[in-house]
Amino acid sequence: MARALINLPATARRGEIIEIKALAAHAMETGFRRTQYGTLIPRDIITRFVCTYNGVEIFSADLHPAISANPYLAFTTLAAESGTIACKWTGDNGYSVTESATITVA
Amino acid sequence: MTSRRDFLRSAGGIAAGIVLESVTTATATAQSSIAPGAISPPILTRRAQASIAAMNEAIRKVVGTARVNRGKVTLELPALVDNGNGVSLAVRVDSPMTQADYVKAIHVFSEKNPLPEVVSFHLGPRAGRASVATRIRLADTQTVTAICEMSDGSFWSGSADAVVTLPACIEES
Repeated sequence: MARALINLPATARRGEIIEIKALAAHAMETGFRRTQYGTLIPRDIITRFVCTYNGVEIFSADLHPAISANPYLAFTTLAAESGTIACKWTGDNGYSVTESATITVA
Repeated sequence: MTSRRDFLRSAGGIAAGIVLESVTTATATAQSSIAPGAISPPILTRRAQASIAAMNEAIRKVVGTARVNRGKVTLELPALVDNGNGVSLAVRVDSPMTQADYVKAIHVFSEKNPLPEVVSFHLGPRAGRASVATRIRLADTQTVTAICEMSDGSFWSGSADAVVTLPACIEES
């Protein structure tokens, strides 16, 4: 069961810099670990994160195995207009999760 | 007449001989008890590790032939890392973040992880502030480098050292 969370203020003044925090539940298996029998555990990570503000991309990140399990990302954006901020995580083995939140800009 | 010292010396020699012999026997027994093909290939003791050269190569792949200047980039890492599996990393870049002058991307590189690439952030003028944070894995005590790409095509770098007491990627599952 794929789960993800995003956190951002519900309201903001126009032009204010707001912080967006995104967290996804994922083991981020590196592909370098072995089982007790010596067999390599295949890589299974989130490779890409994209955040859009009313459909316009405002932030993205390419993730590698060096990112901790349950990847946490914090970034900022200017509160331009009321609308939806949507985040999408995609990764190995067809992993894809979308989470969105609404913001009211006064 | 045998002195106490001589006696002890010879006794020690005999004892050592006995120990040696028992060790040899034990090894022979252990070897004979392993049937061919009964165990899986041995676990590699040498961990995969990027080198400074590999990191520089990865940086070149991003930067191309451009010059990388030092400065403008502040990388925040805890100086002492108890657990390399979750290390807070924050990068701030000194930039006005306007339409004319903004940070396009921030790339983070490691010199001792199995792979030199750690993460790449892509920003734009709408970020308002060039400040990002995440949590990373560190396989060893090392210097982590962040390279920032500006909208005018220039590159700036900053680095931070971390002492890692419990490295990531060593445990078996």
